[in-house]
Amino acid sequence: MQFMSRQKKLLPNSHTELYGQCLQFYGQPPLENIALSEFETFAVERLKLLKTVENLGVSYVKLSEQYTKKLDQESKNLNFPYRSGPSEIEKRRKDHISHFILRLAYCQTEDLRRWFIQQEVDLFRYRFSYLSSKQKLEFLHKNNLQYDAISVEEKKALQDKLVNSSYAVSGITVEDQDFYKVPFQDALDLVRTRKVYLKAGYVYIPHQDIVTIILNDFRTRLSKALALTARSLPAVHSDERLQPLLNHLSHAYVGQDYSIQKNVGKISLEQIDSLSGKSFPLCMRQLHQALRENHHLRHGGRMQYGLFLKGIGLSLEQALQFWRSEFIRGKVDADKFDKAYAYSIRHMFGKEGKRTDYTPYSCMKVILSNPPSQGDHHGCPFRHSDPELLKQKLQFYKVSPSGISQILELVKGMHYQLACQKYFELTHNVSDITFSLNHPNQYFVESQKVLGGGKDIKREMDTPQRSQENSDNLTLDLIRGTGELELCEYKCIFPKAKGNIG
Amino acid sequence: MPSSDYDPASLPDLLPLYYRRLFPFSQYYRWLNYGGVQKNYFQNREFSFTLKDDIYVRYQSFTTQNELEKEMQKMNPYKIDIGAIYSHRPNQHNTVKSGTFQALEKELVFDIDMTDYDDVRSCCSAADICCKCWTLMTIAIRILDRALREDFGFQHLLWVYSGRRGVHCWVCDEAARKLSVAARSAVAEYLSLIKGGEETVKKVVLTDPIHPFIRESLAVVERYFPRYALQEQDILGRKESVDKVLSLVPEDILFTLQQDFQNEKKPESRWKLVRDQATKKQATAKKGQYFEKEIMLQYCYPRLDVNVSKGVNHLLKSPFSVHPKTGRISVPINLKELDVFDPFALFEQTCKYSFISFHFFTDYKRTTLAKYVKYFDQFLDAMARSWKGELLRKSDLQKEF
Repeated sequence: MQFMSRQKKLLPNSHTELYGQCLQFYGQPPLENIALSEFETFAVERLKLLKTVENLGVSYVKLSEQYTKKLDQESKNLNFPYRSGPSEIEKRRKDHISHFILRLAYCQTEDLRRWFIQQEVDLFRYRFSYLSSKQKLEFLHKNNLQYDAISVEEKKALQDKLVNSSYAVSGITVEDQDFYKVPFQDALDLVRTRKVYLKAGYVYIPHQDIVTIILNDFRTRLSKALALTARSLPAVHSDERLQPLLNHLSHAYVGQDYSIQKNVGKISLEQIDSLSGKSFPLCMRQLHQALRENHHLRHGGRMQYGLFLKGIGLSLEQALQFWRSEFIRGKVDADKFDKAYAYSIRHMFGKEGKRTDYTPYSCMKVILSNPPSQGDHHGCPFRHSDPELLKQKLQFYKVSPSGISQILELVKGMHYQLACQKYFELTHNVSDITFSLNHPNQYFVESQKVLGGGKDIKREMDTPQRSQENSDNLTLDLIRGTGELELCEYKCIFPKAKGNIG
Repeated sequence: MPSSDYDPASLPDLLPLYYRRLFPFSQYYRWLNYGGVQKNYFQNREFSFTLKDDIYVRYQSFTTQNELEKEMQKMNPYKIDIGAIYSHRPNQHNTVKSGTFQALEKELVFDIDMTDYDDVRSCCSAADICCKCWTLMTIAIRILDRALREDFGFQHLLWVYSGRRGVHCWVCDEAARKLSVAARSAVAEYLSLIKGGEETVKKVVLTDPIHPFIRESLAVVERYFPRYALQEQDILGRKESVDKVLSLVPEDILFTLQQDFQNEKKPESRWKLVRDQATKKQATAKKGQYFEKEIMLQYCYPRLDVNVSKGVNHLLKSPFSVHPKTGRISVPINLKELDVFDPFALFEQTCKYSFISFHFFTDYKRTTLAKYVKYFDQFLDAMARSWKGELLRKSDLQKEF
C-alpha cells in the first residue's frame, strides 16, 4: 500500500467549495484528517440513518408524505443534511465522510454490499426529490452527466415521434416538460423495452423520468466502487485502529448490545420453557426446542443461544446447570461435560481467557455471519430456513394463515427483521409496534414489557447508551487511544474508478 | 436450388491455394488492428480454427500480420471464427492467474439465419435457400442497417454473407466495441419484434402507440411485401398458406374473411380485403386492431438470435472465411448493390468448379473476389478517418503534463 504524502489540513474555505452542492455522487474520497472519535460517531450515525431509510421504505410508499416527513425528522436528529441551506456545510462534510467509512465496512460480502447500495440509492432518491429543477440541472452538469435539455424548436419538430414512443408521453407532456438527450447506454431498460424515442444513439427522456436514469447511474457507480474497495481491504485491515472498528460496524447493532447483564438471577431455570414460547424470538425458540429434543446443540447454536440466555439474565451458575442437565440427558456424561463444554460456557461469561467478542449476537450478526449447515439449528429462521419449512413451523406455533403469508411476503423481500417484527405482533396480539427490531434480546425485553412484566424489569431496561464500563467494548479503547486518523493516507482505499465520475 | 458440383472433399486441395493466393491478409490485418489506436488490440484478439476432421482449436492469437499469414497457410483452416479482444494474449491464457483473463471488447454482431424463418417460407426449408426467400435477407439488412445507423448512431457496419443461409452484421464503431453485455442485449431486444417459438401461433403483437422504430420497419416491409409475400411466396394462394395467415386474424373477423375469400381468388385482392377489415377495426377497437401490420411483420421482419449479439466473448464466423459445406466465401455485401446481390449468380457460372477454384483459375486481378476486397477497402478507409482523429487526440493528450 502506498502512503500518499501528508496533506495539509484543509482550510475552511475549501470546505465551502467542496461542499457547495447539497447532493453528491461520492466520487471523490475525503482527504482531511479526522479524529478517531469523529470517525466512529459519523459512521454509527450514518448507519442509524440508513436503517431508518430501510424501515421507512417497507412501512411507507417511498417519497410519500409520511415517508419524507419521517426521513426529514431523522436526518435532522442525526445532524445530516435534509434541506439545502447555507448552514449545511458541516452536515454535508459529515455526510461525505460517513459514506466513505461505511463503504469500508460494507464492501466485504455480497449481502453487505447489496444492503448498503439499496439504502444509499433510496437515500439519494429522497434527497434528489427535494432539489429544484434548476438545482437538478446543475447537479447533472456538475457530475458530467451528459444530459442536455433539447431546445423548444427541436421538441416541436420531434413532437409526434416523442408522443408515439411512449405510452406515458402525451402532447401535453411534450409541451410542459423539458426533454433530455441521454446516451442510450445510460438508459438500457428504456431501450430494451422500446419505451422511449431513440435517435442517433440518444434517447429523449422527459424530466419526470430522468430520476430513474440518475439512480441507475448512482447504483452502478457505487457498485463498481465497492468492488474496488473490497480489493484494497487487506491494506485497511493491517491498520490495528481500523480493523476492529470496521468489523464492529458491519455487524453493528445500532443501539444496546446487551453485554451488561441486568436482572441477573431474576429468571429461574424452570421459567425458560414457558418463556421460550412466549417471549423468545423465533431463532431462540427454535434453538431451545432443538436443545430439548436432541439434548445437544452444536457450537454455532451454543454460542448464539448461550449468549442470548446470558443477555436475558442467566447467571453463570444457572447457565452451567442448564446446559449440563440437558447434555447429560443426551450422550454426554458429566465428566465430559465438565471437561469440554463447561469451559466454553465460563468463557462466555468472561471467566476464561480473553475473548474479543462475547456480546449476545445482534440480528445483523445472526443473519449475516456463519450460516447454518446440516445439523445446525442456529441462524435466523426467516433468512436461513426454506420458506416451506418456515411456513410449517409458523403453523405449528399457531400463527394465523394470513399472518403467515404476510411474514412470507416480507421474507421474499429479504426484510428478515421486519418479518420477525411481524411474528412479534402476531404472537403478542399487538399491531404497529414502536420499536425497530435489531437484537434478539431486545425482542425478549419488549415482549416482557407487553406481557406486563413487572416494574423492576422495566426500570432496569431503560439505559439506551452503550455502557462505558464494559472494557470489552473495543471501540472505546480505540477512542481512548491515538487521537487522529489521517484519511488522506487511505486515499488508496477509496480508489477512483475509471471513467467520468465527477 | 441448383445442384451443387462442389465437393467438400476437394477442400484440402483448394484451401492452400486460397490462403496463398486469394485471402486478403493485409486488409484483414488493417481491419482488426483498428489503426493501432489501442495497444495490443490485434495481439489480444482471439481466433478459433476448425481444421480437417472437425478438429476445433480456440484461443489462437498472433502478434503480427505475418505471423497470422504463416499460421493460416500452415494450418489451412476449414473455418475461421473471430472472438473478443482479451486482457491478455489468448494463446497464453493458461499462464494467466485464474479470473484475470477477461474478454474486454468486441464488435457488436448480428446473425440472421434463414432457418429461423422456416415457419413463414414455403419455397425452402432448413439449410436451403433460393432467390425467392433471399428477399428476406434483403429486408432484414435494410431494416437493421437503418435502425443501427439512424436510431443508434452507429456508422461503420459491415454486412457479410455467411456462406450458406444467412447474413452477419459487424458493427465496428469504437462505441459498439466497448458495449457491455447488458447494452448488447438491450440493443438486440430493441430490434426484436418476433416473439415465440413453435408453440406460438401469433408471434407479433402491436399495441398503441406504435413506436417510430416499428413504423420505419413497416415502411420497409411494405415495399417488398406485395412481390415477395403475395406473389413469390403466394401466402394467400394455396389453402394451407391461407389458413396460416387467417390464424393471425382476430376471431370476429375470421369468418367474414373466409367467406370473402370464397369469392375472391386473386392474392392481391384478398390482401386488400384484409387491409380494409383492419382499417375498419382501427377506427373503433382499442385492442388487436393492427393485425394486418402484424401479419406483414410476422412474415417478413428480421429474426435475430439475441444470444449471438449478447456475449462479448461470442465467436462468429470471420469475413472471407470459407464455408466448408458450400465452398462459398463469406464476402462483404455492398449495400449500394443490395437489391442485385445474388449469392447464386457466381455459382451458376461455375458449373465445373467450386466457388474458390472459380476465383483461382480466372485471372487474379479480375477475380470476382477482388470486387469484394475493394468494397472492404472502402469500408476500412471510412473507418480510418476516425482512427486518425483518435491517434491525433491521443498524442495531444500525451504532450500535456
